[in-house]
Amino acid sequence: MEKKLSRLLIHTLSILPALWIGWQIWLWYSFLPHELSANPIEYITDFTGNWTIRFLLLTLSITPLVKLTKWRLLKYRRAIGLYAFLYGLLHFLNYMMLDYFFNWSLIIEDVLKRPAITFGMAGFAMLVILAITSFKFTKIKLGKNWTKLHQLIYILAISVTVHNYMMVKADVLIPLIHATILSILLLYRLYLNWSKRRERAKRQLA
Amino acid sequence: MLIKIKNSWDLSEKDVTSEEDFFSRRDFVKAAGIMGVGSAVNLMTPALAGAYQAETPPSGKYNGSDIKDEQTVLSAITSYNNFYEFGIEKDDPSKNAHSLVTKPWNITVDGHCENPGEYAVEDLVNFNALEERIYRMRCVEAWSMVIPWVGVSLSQVIEKLKPSLSARYIYFETLEDVEQMPGQARNIIQWPYREGLRMDEAMHPLSIMAVGLYGRTLENQNGAPLRLVVPWKYGFKGVKSIVKISFVEEKPNTSWMRLAPQEYGFFANVNPAVSHPRWSQASERRIGDFRRRETLMFNGYGEMVAGLYDGMDLRRNY
Repeated sequence: MEKKLSRLLIHTLSILPALWIGWQIWLWYSFLPHELSANPIEYITDFTGNWTIRFLLLTLSITPLVKLTKWRLLKYRRAIGLYAFLYGLLHFLNYMMLDYFFNWSLIIEDVLKRPAITFGMAGFAMLVILAITSFKFTKIKLGKNWTKLHQLIYILAISVTVHNYMMVKADVLIPLIHATILSILLLYRLYLNWSKRRERAKRQLA
Repeated sequence: MLIKIKNSWDLSEKDVTSEEDFFSRRDFVKAAGIMGVGSAVNLMTPALAGAYQAETPPSGKYNGSDIKDEQTVLSAITSYNNFYEFGIEKDDPSKNAHSLVTKPWNITVDGHCENPGEYAVEDLVNFNALEERIYRMRCVEAWSMVIPWVGVSLSQVIEKLKPSLSARYIYFETLEDVEQMPGQARNIIQWPYREGLRMDEAMHPLSIMAVGLYGRTLENQNGAPLRLVVPWKYGFKGVKSIVKISFVEEKPNTSWMRLAPQEYGFFANVNPAVSHPRWSQASERRIGDFRRRETLMFNGYGEMVAGLYDGMDLRRNY
């Protein structure tokens, strides 16, 4: 019961930003007052992009939190990761449909010529790969390779944070906060790796 | 072209126009271009002029009547602003700019000119000569508006100050006062905001000093009490809440150039062919539209201003 409740809570909280932006887009398309500023597409871009990074950072926080607090959070990791995918997908669709309206020549030029967009697209491609291999049966099927494949999240998160930093015109505060959190989370992994190896070395000596 | 130029090989050395005449003639051609066909005909053959009069604005200057139906709604112009002095979000200026005190307001004028000193806004801008100018405004971030400014030609202001020949550039500064401009608490830009124009750009009839829009006094978030508008350049050239004007010899090191010289140049002419390193400038979103539209060379003012950049490589001088 308690488990079900906490799962419900996580899903409700995670879907709220998507519901809110959907509602605002509906208001905008109905020519009703909305919160999306005079330039709604720019607002949607920032909003969905920021939520993608937040969910990626949350996903990467699960392991450290489990190790440090012993909370049993691991079972929620896949769901939170999939929410990162959901917001990334909205961000991507907004770019393709609302922003560039399938103007392929401009989109292709953007992706190939502008590193900021290249990093974003690469990040999204990795996010898609991780999302479609997130099912239980693919996990079983891929076996050990699944773990290896899903280590892509480290590269993905770096790529997306670089994209975030590069897209900002002048004020890099928010991207820097994202980058700082990401660095801490990645350094923690390096530390885990290092301590594991030291343990092993000790055992071998003994 | 209105003036027929004979083939140059028909002429002997003695026919070569003196440099002085050459440049004043070019100015005439430029001026004729600005005034449009109607008034150019007016100047040359008065008898023919009548038929064109109706289409020519009374002052004979371009005032934007061709785009008057495209004007952006006032609420967007006053709520969606880049004015980092009041915060970095687009809606920050409209929320925070009330702390700016625009009366009294002094502008310091210095450098190579005959009339340096402290001026009140009314001393620089002749309020009896105010005109409405409807201009496209293209932000470097690839959005745009159409704004009915109220102001005077910058050349009128400059003529009052009488720059000397050694003044090759005009330099502007925005107020720096963290008490009035809370966004300056963070060093996003090296305050104060600095901008500049080459003298010929500044003297161009399209460059204006705006004190209002939509027939009303400028809101603080739009750069009250006095701001620059140069419609063929990216919006960031339009320095707001000006407190200093200098006539200088050297090209000023403007704010965005300092911040990212590989991304923002001194000229900053709207140019769909020269992309920002991080995004395309080929298209833009007009505020209020769903779809993007193509960006026009010199923001659609090429006929009037392209001559300023004859012989310049606009890829290098972005």
